[in-house]
Amino acid sequence: MSKVVIVGGGPAGIRAASVLVEAGLRPVLVDEGRRAGGQGYRAPAPNLDLDMKSLMGTEADKYSRLHALFASMRERIDYHHGTLVWGVHERALHTLADGVARTIPYDALILATGATDRIMPLPGWTLPGVFTLGGAQVILKDQGCLIGNRVVFLGSSPLLFLAALQYRKSGASVAAVVDTTPLSAKLVAMRDLMASPRTLARGVMYRTALRRAGVPLIDGATALGVHGKERVEGVRIKDGRGHERFIHCDAVAYGHGLKPETQLAELAGAHFRFDPVFRLWLPETDTDGRAGPDLYLAGDGATIGGADAAEASGALAAHALLADMGRPSPEPELARLRRQVGRLRRFQRGLARAFAWPVSQAAALPDETIACRCEAVTVGEIRAAIQTPLGPREVNRVKALTRCGMGRCQGRFCGPALQEIVSGACGEPVADVGRLRSQAPVKPIPLHAVSELEQTR
Amino acid sequence: MKTAQVVIVGGGLIGTWSAFFLAKRGFQAILIEKGVVGAQSSGVNFGNLRLQGRYPGQYPLSLRSQAIWEEIGSLIGDSCEFEKTGHLYVATNEAEQEKLEQHARVAEGHGLVIERIDRTGLRRRWPWLGEELQAATYSARDATANPRLVSPAVARAAQRLGVEIVEHACVHRVRKNGDGFTIETDTGLTVNCAAVVNAAGAWALSIAEAFGETAPMFAAGPPQFVTEPIPYRVVPSVQAVSGSVIFRQIPRGNVIFAGYPRTVADPVLNRAPVPPQKTLNGMRNLVRIAPFLKSAQVIRVWSGIEGYLPDMLPVIGESETTPGLFHAFGFCGHGFQVGPGVGAVLADLIVDGRTDTSIAPFSIKRFENDVQVSEKLAHEFDAPASPGRPE
Amino acid sequence: MSDEALGRVSKGQFVRVATRRGASLRLTVDGDPVEAVEGDSLLAVLMLNGRAVRHLEFGGEPRAGFCLMGACQDCWVWLGDGERVRACTTLVADGITVWTDPRRSGHV
Repeated sequence: MSKVVIVGGGPAGIRAASVLVEAGLRPVLVDEGRRAGGQGYRAPAPNLDLDMKSLMGTEADKYSRLHALFASMRERIDYHHGTLVWGVHERALHTLADGVARTIPYDALILATGATDRIMPLPGWTLPGVFTLGGAQVILKDQGCLIGNRVVFLGSSPLLFLAALQYRKSGASVAAVVDTTPLSAKLVAMRDLMASPRTLARGVMYRTALRRAGVPLIDGATALGVHGKERVEGVRIKDGRGHERFIHCDAVAYGHGLKPETQLAELAGAHFRFDPVFRLWLPETDTDGRAGPDLYLAGDGATIGGADAAEASGALAAHALLADMGRPSPEPELARLRRQVGRLRRFQRGLARAFAWPVSQAAALPDETIACRCEAVTVGEIRAAIQTPLGPREVNRVKALTRCGMGRCQGRFCGPALQEIVSGACGEPVADVGRLRSQAPVKPIPLHAVSELEQTR
Repeated sequence: MKTAQVVIVGGGLIGTWSAFFLAKRGFQAILIEKGVVGAQSSGVNFGNLRLQGRYPGQYPLSLRSQAIWEEIGSLIGDSCEFEKTGHLYVATNEAEQEKLEQHARVAEGHGLVIERIDRTGLRRRWPWLGEELQAATYSARDATANPRLVSPAVARAAQRLGVEIVEHACVHRVRKNGDGFTIETDTGLTVNCAAVVNAAGAWALSIAEAFGETAPMFAAGPPQFVTEPIPYRVVPSVQAVSGSVIFRQIPRGNVIFAGYPRTVADPVLNRAPVPPQKTLNGMRNLVRIAPFLKSAQVIRVWSGIEGYLPDMLPVIGESETTPGLFHAFGFCGHGFQVGPGVGAVLADLIVDGRTDTSIAPFSIKRFENDVQVSEKLAHEFDAPASPGRPE
Repeated sequence: MSDEALGRVSKGQFVRVATRRGASLRLTVDGDPVEAVEGDSLLAVLMLNGRAVRHLEFGGEPRAGFCLMGACQDCWVWLGDGERVRACTTLVADGITVWTDPRRSGHV
């Protein structure tokens, strides 16, 4: 029987696994997390009295259903939790768990690797107390911790409002929700947003709830910087009317939507194209997630769609894989899943317009702003390198000459901003300056990780 | 249509240094690079300026080159992180120790100062070295530099001296035109010139073959790995004479390491991927020599495309068939150290018609007969390295 | 509203808002004793008790992690046995010794 391996234990990976299990397969599910659920549906650490029902709000039922689904098939899959996949080469995954490197060969691979926050650098963004928006939610769900007492939610993302509400419910003082995209952009995006009226209504509800609670909601702002000495003391912004304001706080949850984790897809052979709406390089797939021979992508790791789309696309990828193995396809079910994924991803494209990646912020960044937090490379160093005679005009060359993107995170966090900074400094369209290439190890691995060369059966 | 005294094909280390020295000597040159300057093996190699253990016939060239490296800051206005770190060549058994001794005697014959260090000395001076090391030789004059920075910096210096640097133009035709040559690129550029430097690295054969000569060059990539920054402690570059591993630490704290066998590379698709198993092997070999690094995290790997020849020696010198055509390619993974010297020698040959530096062993003529296949070929490469043109 | 008025004064950056049941654990951070509960991530413990996880190798500015989900690699610390761990994805074990400055760990 062919060996099917799924990477990622979030909604997409779990649903893909369940479809394969129903078809009588025993897939391997490799999950970097200690417990299944991924980031969005992350379960609290054991022994933590956290009211997930209240925290998840309207999504509580889906959260419970997904975890119940996982529990019901737990014995019918090979689940490797706490296992990093750091490389893919010649139909084998290279993994690391508890300091031991192993190889897992596969016949077919479903990658459901999820997403991380997309971040535009900002003066002061490396100060302790500034965390990603997604991270602010994860630390609450996983550890029952708030990132601070008085928090500003800053950036551009529908999750600003959800996270602010979760924090408010948990007892934080929300100093403000500052959205860098103007309300007018939301109206322009309305056509796509109507693709999922329920999700749209939920977003409006979050805003209303926050406003009723007296939380200042600021739209169309420009983020100028996070201030403080060794810790966050406040955020300086220019509001939609052009007035500078200083908002006191001790923590900032910062993000501009999500960015797929595509490193493994690239190593497994996926091709990439520039998407002008997300302004990101995304792996190419067909509607069902086929990205190459025996390679399938699902969930936010393929393209941002949210948790519901992740589940449906996980199921689609698994069905595509089964069909490619010669198994019959449940056509009506597939048609329904395709419609659902299509609708939800269209909605996300609307969101990408309604909560825009702040390109103009990149151009306005002061030279001394850190672009690459791993290597402490400033925006000015990047601009200077480009302006040197024979200077680079492509991001991987910029990386080679400035070290931007060379550090421990491998350009995950500076990559999207680097593209904008290079594009701005060269005067070239962002699609023409390239993207940082991925290399194994996609995350750091210790030198003592001894390869057992154990071929997992 | 342009004219120049010399056209240099290839913007790697050899091409840029040739351009620099030709310009220094008053020659008007155009350098044409298919991609960007210093992006291939010139930019991604290990960065070692090793004098120990070189091919005996290469010492005159190597020493001339090292003297240039030692002046790089004042020569081109950029030190490119050149540091006289010293080089420690280590052995784990008697056979390897004997090899070290042979290398040392050759190097000393060329005036290098080689220090022999026994087990006790190793423990005392470099206490972090692994237990299994028996002996070492140390050369203080050996050095390191940052390969990513060098070729662009040399190209800029050449540009300031008047060299025209053309990037993103691939030379697709070189033909004889009277006493000189006509060069055509895929971007529509045509240049008439008196002399051509073929420094096109792993892509250099097509030019040689256009003039009726060839060499059994093949492409491979040296896999290299780097750790996260940890406190700076390792000053010299350390190399196992067995070839299992070489490593050095830069003052920022990252430890760079590499090891054989080299990996396959694809000069057509322009790819030299590093298989994960190479990374694991490299990691294991490094921990053996430097156990204190065991918890450091590997954060990045890379490779580049290099041209290799079966006797592990480069081709340097004037064409056997065509006066005015000068080859310098196939540096077999040790071009970084000799790069500046090769540039200076090529400038001698073009300007003076001769050079005082011995380059006799590197003539392309040697491939007219069966060349001696280096013993290195067997253990430094993956798979049977198949001498022949990469397809 | 002040922190006091909210009824919570945290020694550190993070504020815990859910009760943690479980065995109590003891660890030391840069030589100081710190208490934790089974299931705590190392990053949560560091940030409940302080405001920085480490200081950057380049320039020494304080860092406190960023993504909190194992992606940004900004929260690596050293354990007493010389091991390197990412604080946000590491669970605290009883009796561990944590060093935020490698030079003090005595292992490099």
